[in-house]
Amino acid sequence: MSDNQRLLTIDGLFIEGYQDEQWRQVVKGVSLHLDRGQVLGLIGESGAGKSMIGLASMGYTKPGCRITSGSIEFDGVELVGADQETLRKLRGTRIAYVAQSAAASFNPAHKLIHQFAETAVQQGLMSYAEAEKKAKELFRRLDLPDPENFGNRYPHQVSGGQLQRCMVAMAMACNPDLIIFDEPTTALDVTTQIEVLGAIKEVIGAYGTAAIYITHDLAIVAQIADRIMVLRHGEEVETGDTRAVINSPKKDYTRALLAVRKHRGETVDHGHQDIILEVQNVTAAYGNKFVVLDGVSTKIERGKTVSVVGESGSGKSTLARVITGLLPPIGGEVRFQGQLIPPGMKGREKEVFRRMQMIYQMADTALNPKHRVRKIIGRPLSFYFGMTGKKREDRIIELLDKIELGEKYLDRFPGDLSGGEKQRICIARALAAEPELIICDEITSALDQLVAGGILKLLQNLQNELAVSYLFITHDLDTVKAISDEIVVMHRGKVVEQGPAQAILNPPYEPYTDLLLSSAPQMDPSWLPKVMQHRRELAAKGINLQT
Amino acid sequence: MNNLTTMILKRLAFGVLTLFVISGLIFLAVQALPGDLTQAILGRSATPETVAAFRHELGLDLPPHVRYFQWISGIIKGDLGTSLANKRPISELIETRLYNTMFLACAAALISIPIAVGLGLMAALYRQSYLDKLISISTLSLISVPEYFVAYILVALLSVTFPVFPSLASVSPDMGLWDRLYVIALPVMTLTFVVTAHMMRMTRAAIINVLGSPYIEMARLKGIKKGRVILNHALPNALSPIINVVVLNLAYLLVGVVLIEVVFVYPGLGQLLVDSVSKRDLPVVQAISLIFAAIFVLLNLIADVLAIVTNPKHRYPK
Repeated sequence: MSDNQRLLTIDGLFIEGYQDEQWRQVVKGVSLHLDRGQVLGLIGESGAGKSMIGLASMGYTKPGCRITSGSIEFDGVELVGADQETLRKLRGTRIAYVAQSAAASFNPAHKLIHQFAETAVQQGLMSYAEAEKKAKELFRRLDLPDPENFGNRYPHQVSGGQLQRCMVAMAMACNPDLIIFDEPTTALDVTTQIEVLGAIKEVIGAYGTAAIYITHDLAIVAQIADRIMVLRHGEEVETGDTRAVINSPKKDYTRALLAVRKHRGETVDHGHQDIILEVQNVTAAYGNKFVVLDGVSTKIERGKTVSVVGESGSGKSTLARVITGLLPPIGGEVRFQGQLIPPGMKGREKEVFRRMQMIYQMADTALNPKHRVRKIIGRPLSFYFGMTGKKREDRIIELLDKIELGEKYLDRFPGDLSGGEKQRICIARALAAEPELIICDEITSALDQLVAGGILKLLQNLQNELAVSYLFITHDLDTVKAISDEIVVMHRGKVVEQGPAQAILNPPYEPYTDLLLSSAPQMDPSWLPKVMQHRRELAAKGINLQT
Repeated sequence: MNNLTTMILKRLAFGVLTLFVISGLIFLAVQALPGDLTQAILGRSATPETVAAFRHELGLDLPPHVRYFQWISGIIKGDLGTSLANKRPISELIETRLYNTMFLACAAALISIPIAVGLGLMAALYRQSYLDKLISISTLSLISVPEYFVAYILVALLSVTFPVFPSLASVSPDMGLWDRLYVIALPVMTLTFVVTAHMMRMTRAAIINVLGSPYIEMARLKGIKKGRVILNHALPNALSPIINVVVLNLAYLLVGVVLIEVVFVYPGLGQLLVDSVSKRDLPVVQAISLIFAAIFVLLNLIADVLAIVTNPKHRYPK
């Protein structure tokens, strides 16, 4: 390969971050290279340093970080130590950036078209009229609605998927040589994710733009990257062609990342059991106007896991709020162990509260940062069972053993724990009440894949042992496959279908479920074109999704 | 925009209600003042009989609630009442005074707001630099000193040691604009010193708060110049707190100038208020207090409306 094909060369890059009053290495000697028109996927869990490497390719470090050594050469220009003016002129014109959250990264005060045109006009590359013309061309190419007028809207007036595509358009505005995509589809619904991914692939292919695509999801990167670099703790694990890495990974860590998607642990069949929870024809609304649940009915047996799956806005979290009494429904009823329970929290007996526990998505905010683990787990023990002293202490330790953490965690604060450990403490707190039903609201979606896998396995073991039921709310289809006995598919506040997992997950499919299931990314690099085709067929049959 | 109109109307109604409550408080506070006009005019040597006769003539012997309702029903009809001291209608007394106070406040606002916002932007742009520290230290020192002290220092400096400006801000209705501005230079300067620090600190804090947003990082990664990032990307999103503090200071400029007007013997509302208190001319005190309250309520409403109008989320709903 000739030298002028080489666009970016990073050599021995070290980046430090300032944390806890000292400088720590976060990127430890990473080297990589990228040719024109090529796409490199950077993959790893949080803390792997992948975003830092992406930003460093633009000569940028987040506040509180610094590049300590190494070289970053972009098309013959050394970026490490380059003056701000040189870097500024490269950014937006020759190297562009697409951020994870378009909703946060577009300025709420300006129209989209002004933000699109800003770099081009400010750097003197185009007149405003030319930039506007270019915007319309890209909006059309990225399949945005009404491309002629799309730019006249403000960021809050368009949907998340559209905004993300608009950011891709903005990055393409000056025909850059390189685009850094920093988890551009992570914040999107699974069905929207495909459209954005397809749009990105189409547009960078058409313009021959090189890209660094950062994600934690191997299946996503498999669709778009020519080569993949796996990172862990700021170091390279392995690098290779996409197919080679996915089909024959060389390192255990990569194999673990690949394996985590497919498993359901062993289950114990508790036989036919009584019904713990029954929801009948529940309708709920916010402010009595905006109906979010429309005639929902379902039931959960003892010792079983029912997954409620759907996109954001489908009403799945609202269902949890209704069951727990946080949002009294405007119609329908909730029965717990055969007994009709009051719609709101008011009037519910302490026993009902005890038997029904909840675990939240953000373990960070669900745990009081000023309380030690002992107090966090001990409180429900005192509150529900009046336990004190040694008895309480023993029970706390027993619970800590159950969640595979152990006695040494007793005196720690939530701040000293990792994300997965915090979520385990939340599970222990729920178990402390000896509940019959645990409602799990997206409890793994903020966790890295390997850690999430561990949590699911733990929940399965606990269920086998204690015959507790789970109502598992999630948008992640891999999680659904990994844990469910029964599945409830929700769409726009209604139950689309429900039944045993095997029936739902295998053909024949209900059309919306089909759309949802087919949207879950697969490792096969030829999956994306296939699913896009499948989608066009579904659309032809009249099944469509709002974007 | 329809929502905005209903909101304004609602707030106006609440404003009127607030003023009613305030009118009661003002009346009570004024009642609590020791002594009354009769003693102030007749002096200590007056016999109890003359005092009683005079009180009866002025209507001061009526029970308080009767006098309150007399006063408030007059106000509703648009009549502020008459001064006890010189029997002239209060609206006539106040007219030129109100104009003078407004003039002083506007002059001070026109100078201090751009300076404060500008300094705040500079301080945010060069955060943690010596410039930032210099701006903070100097404005904070000025706000830490009582305003009359600043006033006297300025007088000592600029009209005694170096006689540049007059120490008395005596304006008259027949004065030209430039003469007027020249005469009030020192009070304007004092007021500017007093209000700048507050507005500047708020501007700086609001901008710095916004600078942590992802869209600011995005703007930097788009290769936008530093100054433009602040002006075009940070400032529009920091407007709401800045507007609030600016309006609050405007209210202070209009209402809180009492001391400054006294120091510079400036014929404004504040001066009139002080004079009326010492003369125990209660209707005038009540009327001025109510005007001050109305100014506060109105300015707060303006701040809220501006905060909505400058936010595209409110201007263009989904």
